[in-house]
Amino acid sequence: MSIKTEEFLLNLGPQHPSTHGVFRIILTLDGETVVKAVPVPGYLHRGIEKLVESRTYQQVIPYTDRLDYLAGMLMNWGYVHAVEKLMDIEVPERAEYIRVIVGELQRIASHLVATGAYAADIGGLTGFIYTFRDREDIMDLFEMICGARLTPSYMRIGGVAADIPDGFIEKCRKFIDYLPAAIEEYNGLITGNEIFQARTKNVAILTPEQAIDMSLSGPVLRACGINHDLRKVRPYSIYERFDFEVPLGTKGDCFDRYYVRLLEMEQSAKIIRQALANIPEGPIKGKVSKVIKPAAGEAYAEIESSKGVMGTYVVSDGSTKPYRVHFRRPSFVNLGYLDEMLKGWKIADVIAILGSIDIVLGEVDA
Amino acid sequence: MVMDGKPLTEVMSELTNKYPTLEVSEKGYLTVPVDILVQFMQDLKENYGFNYLTNVTGADYLEYLEVVYNPCIVGQPEMLHIKTKVDRNNPQVPSMVPLWGGAIWQEREVHDLLGINFTDHPDLRRILLPDDWEGYPLRRDYQWEGGRD
Repeated sequence: MSIKTEEFLLNLGPQHPSTHGVFRIILTLDGETVVKAVPVPGYLHRGIEKLVESRTYQQVIPYTDRLDYLAGMLMNWGYVHAVEKLMDIEVPERAEYIRVIVGELQRIASHLVATGAYAADIGGLTGFIYTFRDREDIMDLFEMICGARLTPSYMRIGGVAADIPDGFIEKCRKFIDYLPAAIEEYNGLITGNEIFQARTKNVAILTPEQAIDMSLSGPVLRACGINHDLRKVRPYSIYERFDFEVPLGTKGDCFDRYYVRLLEMEQSAKIIRQALANIPEGPIKGKVSKVIKPAAGEAYAEIESSKGVMGTYVVSDGSTKPYRVHFRRPSFVNLGYLDEMLKGWKIADVIAILGSIDIVLGEVDA
Repeated sequence: MVMDGKPLTEVMSELTNKYPTLEVSEKGYLTVPVDILVQFMQDLKENYGFNYLTNVTGADYLEYLEVVYNPCIVGQPEMLHIKTKVDRNNPQVPSMVPLWGGAIWQEREVHDLLGINFTDHPDLRRILLPDDWEGYPLRRDYQWEGGRD
């Protein structure tokens, strides 16, 4: 005789620390096993795409800070890059170098949050403290360069807001010199941890075919071994000048998604080091009129953000305000496969799988 | 280089020959009539290697709606900009989910904010706004309180 059992619903979030914000998943469970998962985004929807229809082109920039608020610089960049494409604006060399430096610093900062938060998700809260300790150095650098830590609004259409201040290059170099020791420490504390490995290895394996079909991008895609990084594939800005590699995973499991980020930090540091050594003198903003009024038309452009491909679609009707702006947000698209990824795993794995995607709700919900 | 070794310009001229109703703008943006959209997209995916649909979005032009697709090829620089015009009174467009699964949430977003119905979409529900929300905020004639002019 077998015991009669039945499935039940478990509501995870929106107020749950492991959902990395206000994300909600309605789980149908059979004991501890997930039978069905229905993700419910939207709790942080502010209607940014609607709001910016009544802002000027420059006024859109602060809104982009609030998409992926752990990678504000990269969000700024994605937007200004599209407007520059729409208007055929040339960005001066020095500004491009500064963008690369702050962009890669931001990638490291974002991956530090992902790494630490992931360790905490798995139960190792100490990891969180260590990565946040080091991220603080990047926040200090950003404060130095633009006065803000999370919401830089530092990029401008045609360049950047201000030149780098005295002492920035030295401080930045000091951080880059220190970073390998920090990564060594995370490897000892998190990567090499037996419990961490048991919880993440072979969990929620994505095949390359699934990842491509579902338009996944960033570390989630590259963990499956797919070499698709826009900095290499479709080099924008001045990325073709730098010598760096694109770290790839082999298995496509949670561990690979985690580890690819650590390796990417090393590559970002490599890029920053080259940029600091070669940054030329010159203007930091191109010839752009104070009133930005693109000719009627449209453009779509993408950059490689820390979480994946960040695209911006801009339509101009010839006025000073954009007719339509759309942001292709990487973690929004990356979540599209979550329901399938969770099926068949235990409830504790749900946290490990969601954490491995590295989402930010400001960006998911726009 | 596209997967079978053809450069993008050659692919574009081949496509315009094959589909006479295709419009190509000065910047190379393609406008595809909605009745041949599925056939066209299937051709792109199967015969030209466009295996990755990076972006799906839309816009309202008051006389009509438009859906925008940006397919590309993993590991290669090419990206197309494809648009299709949709009747504003009966906004029906075939879903791209059967071809590229990645359209699933993006089409839900377009449906939610612009009110376009994607036929054959496996799970067409609002995604960012509450289920009982009235209207489609990204339509240009959407009335709302607050904000700026």
